[in-house]
This record gives sequence, C-alpha cells and structure tokens, in this order.
Amino acid sequence: MTSDLSRREFVEKSGLLVIGFAMSRSLRFAPGEAKSAVLPPAANQVDSWLTVAADGSVTVFSGKVELGTGVSTALRQIVAEELDVPFERIAWVQGDSDRTVDQGSTVGSQTVKRGGAQLRQAAAEARAALLELASAKLGAPVDNLVVANAVVSVRGTNDRHVTYAELIGGKRFERTVSGKAKVKAPSEYKVVGKPMPRVELPAKMTGRHVYVHDVRVDGMLHGRVIRPASIGAKLLSVDDSALRGVRGARVLRKADFLGVVAEREEDAIKAAKAVKATWSESQTLPDQQTLHDTLMRIPATDRVSTDSGDVPASISRAAKKVSARYRWPFQMHASIGASCAVADVKRDSATIWSSTQGAHALKGALASFLGLAPESVHVVWTEGSGCYGHNGSDDAAADAALMSQLAGTPVRVQWSRADEHGWEPKGVAMVMDVSAGLDESGKITGWDYAVWTPTHSSRPGGGAGSANLLAAQLAGAVPASRPSLGGDRNSRHTYAIPSTRVVAHLLESAPVRTSSFRGLGSPQNSFANESFMDELAVAANVDPVEFRLRHLTDPRAIAVVRAAAKLANWQPRVSHATSSTKGRGFGFVQYEGTEAYVAAAVDVDVDESAHSVRVTRVCVAHDCGLIVNPNGLKNQIEGNVIQAISRTLKEQVSFDHARVTSLDWRAYDILRFNEIPESIEIELIDHPEAPSVGAGEATSSPIPGAIANAIFDATGKRLRDVPLRL
Amino acid sequence: MIKLVVNGTPHEIGAAPDTPLLYVLRNDLGLTGPKFGCGLGQCGACMVHVDGVAVRSCTTPVSSAARGAITTIEGLGTPDKPHPVQQAFIEEQAAQCAYCINGMIMATAALVARNKQPTREQIRSTLNANLCRCGTHMRIVRAVEKAAALSLAQGSGGDDD
Repeated sequence: MTSDLSRREFVEKSGLLVIGFAMSRSLRFAPGEAKSAVLPPAANQVDSWLTVAADGSVTVFSGKVELGTGVSTALRQIVAEELDVPFERIAWVQGDSDRTVDQGSTVGSQTVKRGGAQLRQAAAEARAALLELASAKLGAPVDNLVVANAVVSVRGTNDRHVTYAELIGGKRFERTVSGKAKVKAPSEYKVVGKPMPRVELPAKMTGRHVYVHDVRVDGMLHGRVIRPASIGAKLLSVDDSALRGVRGARVLRKADFLGVVAEREEDAIKAAKAVKATWSESQTLPDQQTLHDTLMRIPATDRVSTDSGDVPASISRAAKKVSARYRWPFQMHASIGASCAVADVKRDSATIWSSTQGAHALKGALASFLGLAPESVHVVWTEGSGCYGHNGSDDAAADAALMSQLAGTPVRVQWSRADEHGWEPKGVAMVMDVSAGLDESGKITGWDYAVWTPTHSSRPGGGAGSANLLAAQLAGAVPASRPSLGGDRNSRHTYAIPSTRVVAHLLESAPVRTSSFRGLGSPQNSFANESFMDELAVAANVDPVEFRLRHLTDPRAIAVVRAAAKLANWQPRVSHATSSTKGRGFGFVQYEGTEAYVAAAVDVDVDESAHSVRVTRVCVAHDCGLIVNPNGLKNQIEGNVIQAISRTLKEQVSFDHARVTSLDWRAYDILRFNEIPESIEIELIDHPEAPSVGAGEATSSPIPGAIANAIFDATGKRLRDVPLRL
Repeated sequence: MIKLVVNGTPHEIGAAPDTPLLYVLRNDLGLTGPKFGCGLGQCGACMVHVDGVAVRSCTTPVSSAARGAITTIEGLGTPDKPHPVQQAFIEEQAAQCAYCINGMIMATAALVARNKQPTREQIRSTLNANLCRCGTHMRIVRAVEKAAALSLAQGSGGDDD
C-alpha cells in the first residue's frame, strides 16, 4: 500500500461506506448515519498511534497532517526506523478527529520536531512490547533478540524467529507509552536520513489523489456563499426572484450569512450571481497609502522581551549612530486551490470534510457553532491546496456546515477565487524601527528595536470557540478578542550585542482580519534586522558576511554563515553602493532564536530604468539538526526561497476604504516561471546528534533582507518598504 | 444532451451548453484530476487537452470542447503505468501540495508532443501562465527537461492517439 491516499485506502481508513460509482475518480460517500459520540484517542496509549494487522501491515494514526510539505513521508520514515518495519508496509491515517490523537494543529514547523518525537516514542514502545512477546514465544532473553523487517529472531540462529503479525497481528497492544522506551541511536539509522520518494506523489501526478475538493457525498448539494459587499456590511434585503430561472436553486440565510445551493455546481454559481442582495456598507478601512501610520496609532499592549544593558546610553555614546524604519504590507496565503469543504449535518451529529490544519480545534469550534456536542462532530481532514498557514479552509468548513444545517442535506462549498483573495485571513502588515550604535572598531554597541504588529493568530477553536469563523460572525457572533500573537517572532536577532532592547507593540485590532502566514512575524522582523545589519556593515565599512561573523558566537550559526558564503563564492568587500546592474546580498536567521539556522546569499540583476529586479541565484546553507529526508528538506527550502522572493518583490494586498480589491491573480500576482532564479543551491548541514527542528518556514526569513541588501549592493538604493520597488 | 469523448470514451451529458467543461469532467464524469483554482483562466490548475492542445477547462464551454477529443490527466497514465511526463515529475519529486500539478503536467505534455527538445526559455514561457504557490518551480523545470528526454527516448509524447 504505497500510494498514500488511494481512493480505496481513503475509504477504508475513513471508516465510511463507499457507494459504487464506476467511472468516478472522486470519492462518494453515503450520507453518514447519525454517529455515536466518540472521544479522540488517548495520547498515552500505543494503540492510539499504531496497529499491526493480521497480515503484518502497520497503520499509523497521525494527528499531524500532510500540507504538501512531505511530512507524511518523513514521519513514516521515523516509524519504519523505530519499529523496524518496511517503509512501504506502513499505511497512514491523518487528521481524523475521531481516530487520531489530538497532537495540536499542524503549524509552526513543529510536525517533524514534535509529532515525529511522539511517533518515535510510540513506535519504540511498540517495538519493546513486541520484543517482550517474542522473548516469551522464542524462549530467549530480549537482549538476545534482533529485529529486521518486522521479524524478530534469536541472534545467531536461522530457525528461531517470529513475525510481528504472528505476535500481535489484529490484536491490541494495551500498553502505555511510558516515554522511557529505548530509541535507536542515530548511528543505527537506515531509513531516517534517506531521500525516500514522497509516498503520495504517484497518485498526485496521475490525477488520482483525493483532495477535499474531490469529496462527494450522495444527496449533496453544491453551495456558494454570497459575500458581503464590504467588510462588516449588514444584509438589508434579498431579492431572489431571478432564481426562478436557475434549476433547483434556493437561497439559505441566517442573519447576514447568505448562500445558495443547487444540485449542479454551475447552477449554484449562476444562482449566486442572480441573487440581488442589498447591504448596508460602511467604510472601515484606512487609506492604503498611510496604512503603516494608521497601524502605529492603534491601541497596543507593549511587551519588552529583551532589555539588557543601558541601551540609550550605549547608542548615544557610540561613534556612529544609525536608524531606520521598515514596513511590510498585508499579504495573502494565496493558495492555488480556492478553499472547499463538504459537510453533512444532521439533527444530532455532523461529519465535515475539511483541509483544516487542526481537525480537533475545528471540531470544537463547529460543535459550538452548530449547537452540537463536540463528541458528535466528526472532522475528517482531507488534503487541500497548500495553505502556508491559516487560509480559508476553516471558514469554508463553517460555510458548508451552516449551509448543510440550513438545507437539511449534505452541502459542498467551493469558494471562488474572489472569495479566497478577498476573505482569507491576511498575513500581517508590520512596522519595524531599529536604531543602533557602532564603536570605532565597527562593533555594535547597542541595539534598540520596536515592532508594531496586529495578531498573527485568529484561528478557530480553543478559547475562541466558533467566533473566529466567518460564517459564525455573519450569523451574529462577535469576533473573539485574542491577545496579539506571533508578531515578535525573531524580533530579537541572534547577534551578540552588549546592550539590546526589543519592544513589541501588540496591536489590539487590525483593519483587516489577520492570521498565521508562514513564519508569522519572522520574515518581517528578519527583513528589518538583516537589512539593518547590512546598513551597519556599510556604516562600519566592513564586508557584510565578516560583519555578521564578528557578532556571532554560536558555532552552528557561524557554520551556516560560512557555508552559504563559500557556496556562493562570496568575495569579501564592502557593498558597492554604486550604480550597477548586478548585486549580491546576505542574510542569516536562526528561526525563532531556537530553531533552524539558515544563511543565504542572493544575487540580483537590476534594471533601474525599467524598475525591475530579478533574483538570479540563491545559495542557502541550512542546519535543522537531524535530517529525516534530505530531498523533502531541499524541496521545502526551495519552496521557501521562491515564495519569499515573491513576497518580497511582488506581493501586497490592495484595499479601498470598504473592502479588499485585489481579488484575482492579476491584482495579486505571485512569482512566475519567467521570474524564478537561474539556480537555487543548497548545502544541508546534518547534525544527527541534535534533535530535528522544523524546516517548513525558516528559509522564508533570511531571504527578504538578503534581496534588499543585494539591491543596495547593485544600486546604492536602500529599499525599506516591501514589496521592494526600485 | 451533449456528446463528448473523454480519454477515448464517449459520453452523453445533460448539462447546459455553456457549462464550463471543468464541472462536467469533475461532477458528471468523476474525473477530478483537473482542479478548480480560479475559474478565470488565470492559474492553469484546470488544464486538459482538446485535440492535443492544452486548454483551461474552467473557461471552456463544454459545447465547444465537445467538438474535439478531450484528454485529462487520468487519461495520460496511471500510477502503475505513468506517461513519460508523469514519470519525469515523479522522478524529480517535482511537487509539494501538487494542486497545480495537473496543469503543469498537461501543459508539459502538450509542449513535448510538439517540441522534443524545448529550451529552458521555451519551458518557462510555456508555463508562465501556470501558477504554483509552493515554489516548486525549479523542480518543475527540471522535470519538464527530463520529460522531454524521456519522451524523445521512448518516441512518445503524444497522448491523444
């Protein structure tokens, strides 16, 4: 069973009845019978994590899900390694609120780090149990047993062996995950560290992989949401007289939530256009030109995360003083597939297919939204388009759930492109101020940093319940007030400076709905820090790589900086700051100050008369501890590089005083094939002795500053506002 | 009723003539390989071949597509017997979420059927109106180069015969 999510496996693992549909490439489900209440599996039980079937195949139950980053392959490698079973005999169930452990949402580059550590312990515990069973069966002490490919043998014998299937096939372990089971030493690894091909790619490359967009339930109607004319608009009246011309279409409404359903998808689209809704509009958004000034006036809670030494004195007494302000715009996750969900809501229970990052959190939010007991709501995670954070997936699930409840039938909701661009929670606009002093020798004496940031987290569930879901807000819920989160990520850089002060002004509100987008505040803060390091290097008349090295003490940080410089054949010199068509810049970040180390050298071609910048070459050195799958890791690094170039050079959400106005791919364009670098070169620094940390986000952080620095190197122009425009 | 031939099989569909081909493929025929991305013809996720030409099925009325032979990604190859382009994409591990990949593969298959040795510039220009958000572009370009080489070696590349 190597195909990750073949239709058959999907149906088997979903535990739902499949209805034959000979030609269908999609999944069809019979509408579920009212489900009995189910509690999620307990994290401290081996049986919650994995089973061994009578035929010896292993099924793993992972609360962490595949967002397109390859984690379902990497996590399989960890289990195959620790359990000593063949990689290809492991089947995978993920993100099912009834059947997988609540490991928290799949966020923050934590899946291999935390989810992998949990699975490793569970697999080690299962292996220990199997060895004890084998010891009794074979009459040999555990220390005399060896395991290979799910077969336990007595060391030095040919005929004394027993398979996992014979030991426990089809039965439960009934064993607690003690956390004390012995795990393998990295030197013993045979599967971890190998570039295993992604398990689900053959199905994805041949159109057989099942995305949430492909789920079909018998009796299902197609739904579309009619979005408010502006942010915060109230629905005054609905004229559905034109619907009479659209087959089987009808309007569904609850307070300001307005949608249509029809039997055929194209009819639902026509119906959504045919309905005439009148909205009371209000102008709640600031002038885009002065957005950042507006942000700085929003009431805030100030948090000082670092305050060492006498910062004002250390800067005022310095030989040279430098200060700068950097700005970052609102950006979009901009998933290629507009969000989609399918819901089958009954009187006492509900099943929702969703590409949410947090099946368990969404389950709680939807239960409260639908007025059902949490145990009666089943969220079946199904892969979506890459999300890079909190996109429209959860909101689409709530749309589908509400419409199914109102319609009394299963409903599939597919967002339009304008829905996604206009209403997905936005990546956060921020302002960053930095001042620093340099002494005579070119060392930084003091560093004063301030950031103004709305929250980077408005996910549903937890304390917020359903209030953060768009449908719930339209139906009358008041958005939950949550503390501003994530905006100070990497506000404190990794350089050793005697006096440092870092303050985050955590804004209590934002003009548009904001939430987690790859790296949270780290790309923004790192853009400021790494641009400013370059400004200081210029002021100190020192090569920018050398300047960084003078202020770094951590050997792993120094190693990635040196490795990236070497990969790029970096020639030490002070930035040219002259008119030229070519430049190179450098950036370094230790993600979150505790996670992956990444350094990047970026080459650009600029054409000042055409106001164009093209990144031509990127060299990255990357250290995330133990590498589980080097090919998957490189794929993530490359993706972060391309996406970060796009965010840095091209992307910003446009809005007028009432609404987001960049509603398609022309208005919000992303990096295209004609704009990609000629090469992205990567050096992976493996540290098998160090725990794996995440790699899903880290490389997005050093790239923006490195690009700005390269542009300065070419032109002498210091660009401090993203998107960088010459 | 509209008659159309998809992946070599004839069908009769009771859809309005102006229905975008994409919805007929996905909802009437259960061919969900072509993806809905934008409905505007801007991203390429919905690409299929009509008489060997890569078209955007989200903005192509079923009535006009029905005049030609339609091929979807499911008709190119299977996991066990992939088309050379699919094989190349698998070998290069040229995907992350892969939501865009239907379009990348269909555009590539149409390209290499006509041009056995596309230059890197031709590849980029062919794919320039296909969007990928995961940033898998470098691998996709490598996969297209490999696909061309595989197709040349196998004397294949056409998919609509």
